[in-house]
Amino acid sequence: MAKDNVLAVLSLSGGNDGLNTVIPFTNGLYRDYRPNLGIPEDEMIPITNELAFNPHMAPLKKYWDEGKMAIFLGVGYPTPSYSHFRSMDIWHTCEPHEIGNEGWLGRVLKELDPDAENVLTGVNFGRGLPRALAKEGVPVASVGDLETYGLLTGIEGQDQRTQALDVFSKMYGSTIGSGYVMDYIRRTGTDALKGADVLAAAPAKYSSTVEYSDTPVGQYMKNIAQTHLAEFGTRVLYTTSPYNGFDTHATQAGNHTKLWKDVSYNVDAFMNDLREHNASDNVTLFMFSEFGRRIADNGSGTDHGAAGIAFAIGEQVKGGIYGEYPSLEPSKQEEGGNLKYNMDFRQIYTTIVEDVFGLNASPIVNGSFEKVAFL
Amino acid sequence: MTDQNVALMAHLMRRAGFGASRSELEELAAQGYDNVVEALLNPASQPNLDEDLMMRYFPSFYQAAAIEVNIQNWVYRMINTPRQLQEKMALFWHMIFCAGHSKIDSGWEMGRMIAMFREHGMGNFRDLLMSLSTSPAMMYYLDNTESHKVAVNENYGRELLELFSMGVGKDEAFNYSEDDVKACARAFTGWSVAPPYPPFPYGRSPWEFRYDPADHDASDKTFLGRKGNWNGEDIINMIVEQPATARFIARHLYNFFVADEVPVPSWRQTPPKDPELIGRLEQAYYDSGYEISAMLRVLLTSDNFKNARFTKVKNPTEVVVGTLRMVGEHRGELKPGLFEISQYPRYMGMDLMNPPTVEGWHTGHEWIDSGTLVERINFAADYLGKTDLPGVKDMVERLRAQGDLTPEQFVDACADMVGCLNLSDETRSQLVAHAQKSGALGSAHQGEFASRTGEMFQMIAATAEYQLG
Repeated sequence: MAKDNVLAVLSLSGGNDGLNTVIPFTNGLYRDYRPNLGIPEDEMIPITNELAFNPHMAPLKKYWDEGKMAIFLGVGYPTPSYSHFRSMDIWHTCEPHEIGNEGWLGRVLKELDPDAENVLTGVNFGRGLPRALAKEGVPVASVGDLETYGLLTGIEGQDQRTQALDVFSKMYGSTIGSGYVMDYIRRTGTDALKGADVLAAAPAKYSSTVEYSDTPVGQYMKNIAQTHLAEFGTRVLYTTSPYNGFDTHATQAGNHTKLWKDVSYNVDAFMNDLREHNASDNVTLFMFSEFGRRIADNGSGTDHGAAGIAFAIGEQVKGGIYGEYPSLEPSKQEEGGNLKYNMDFRQIYTTIVEDVFGLNASPIVNGSFEKVAFL
Repeated sequence: MTDQNVALMAHLMRRAGFGASRSELEELAAQGYDNVVEALLNPASQPNLDEDLMMRYFPSFYQAAAIEVNIQNWVYRMINTPRQLQEKMALFWHMIFCAGHSKIDSGWEMGRMIAMFREHGMGNFRDLLMSLSTSPAMMYYLDNTESHKVAVNENYGRELLELFSMGVGKDEAFNYSEDDVKACARAFTGWSVAPPYPPFPYGRSPWEFRYDPADHDASDKTFLGRKGNWNGEDIINMIVEQPATARFIARHLYNFFVADEVPVPSWRQTPPKDPELIGRLEQAYYDSGYEISAMLRVLLTSDNFKNARFTKVKNPTEVVVGTLRMVGEHRGELKPGLFEISQYPRYMGMDLMNPPTVEGWHTGHEWIDSGTLVERINFAADYLGKTDLPGVKDMVERLRAQGDLTPEQFVDACADMVGCLNLSDETRSQLVAHAQKSGALGSAHQGEFASRTGEMFQMIAATAEYQLG
């Protein structure tokens, strides 16, 4: 039987500078607008006649060469928001005008597991649930660190904790009609304990020759691999690179380098890990950021911008360039000196919802959008 | 064995504040319930938070632009202010007059808005609505900055009626028509902010409220059956007179302080849980000329309130701040670590200063899902197990002073220390069985007594009952 498809998402929060990620190096305006932050041509990694990777994306070049990496150019939505949180909300909820409180992946999970039979159908790595995964009646475990995840983790001593969890399961197991709210809390506690018990087994089952780096992105990508390899039936694995790291207003040269070194190394490790375990066939990794950055640098960094870049990597991905590089010509820019989008992010979501999950996309992404043929 | 005066005080302080330590509860209980209520209702009678000390230790709070710093500042105040009800009311209004950082994009403006709730939240409701309608953050959040004489944007005009004052309807009737919404929106044209946003090309500077008479629709409008050349202030004067407004505020106070109600959109068709108390709150609203503190006095001194113990699911801020106040962490002693603490409500589903929508958070049992419950339990259990924290140490010493206890007595005494918590029979019997299994506990061995007691506190923090307040 074919394995169910799985989506892994790495959100590059803070607003990744697309211009210095996939560089339009033959465009003279790039040099004009980036006098301080332009990347020297002899360092960048050409992938087409016009585009090159940031030098620190070297580990990802092989996925491009294999034809397993899709690059989406000029991704955004109408009337861009320059607020991190609002723009991220728009990506999470697919509601560019109204403020929504339900996430697109929450809706996916509801369709995949309507009765919430598997409390691990969706798992988030990081603290607090991103709105992308939020939907009433959809349980999503939110795991800070898989190695230490669980209930009552502050109790010292293995025996004491085991006893405490035993008491916990009995206290929460006795739902004998003590009112709706108490019954609800106890049922939820029982679910949480079940999910934690199952998840806690993942690191023990795991062995690999792959080394991730000792950074949050490294830990989260490793945890995603561990959870996927443990075969709990998880379909959506989500994580966010640490708090707004890509918000490179100042000293971007050093910071952006570090960020992409970290992301590239660990995404490569993740793919190698899955391949080593013959578990990569059904996984698609999607990476995005809430917006790109201003075209002109500000001397040491770049300010909030509009259209950005997104990526998909996986065995099912048809590698290539999708969308067009937004024009750097002043007359064709978005207001405020920004890149204008030409691909709506909901086109990518539509493709994911339909081709990864086999679901009807329009109620999930709030509208009909033309697919992007990358799957 | 529970002292009923202490138990009642624990209830009052959990609801009208963010909880208290055991020793504070005993001192307050000795002052008498009604005296404590009066002190809560008159914040000026209490010393204020030592702002100079706070700024000295947290200089980053000064005119902070970052949202994280403004949240830290607020959480610090909740933990440390002697004016507990004033701070609780700031949270109350933040949960009704929702405006979020995700759109406003300025921690500074969010901090100012909370300060406005702190200043006016217990005062006159008319003044509060005026402050709200001249709050730059709110004008921007609900698009009144985009509402012009020639192109009216109805967002603020509608939400002012629907979510901030009258509500859609009561007793199955509708409180206002679509025409009233339009008239209200027209009356608020010209109420805007400067400078405009997005802040191209020079970046952000603080907002000011700006009324532009040239952009105000000065033609006649009919609002709630009355015709005139109404401006925003006239609209507010008419709104506050409405029985619907008295009912709406009364139900919100009940929902926040007494017992979880059905969600707000159902209020038109669903009568109040406690019509008798709601009626008295409405009466106090009119008798006092729209004073919120008068309504609070009726509420907090009513038997309906006093008897409503453990009938509400605590919101995440109450879990975090209430636990810290009980155990004595980040109180008085100024130290690093506040950033981490201030993020915990978010981990539990309540991103302070950033409610999900203008309709606010879904409250009651909807605070809890399998992800947030793990955060709630682990947070409370971690802190209640720290027997070297001053609040917990004091609780342990008080227990040890009670001499040797049977397992039943021990469990009851521990629950009593944890805010006089009521345990259900099922929960209690599991905890007693656990205490029995651990063997006899002598009060003579200080170290062992402390660690066993700390462990029982952790188990109590992990109960379903601890989620209620």
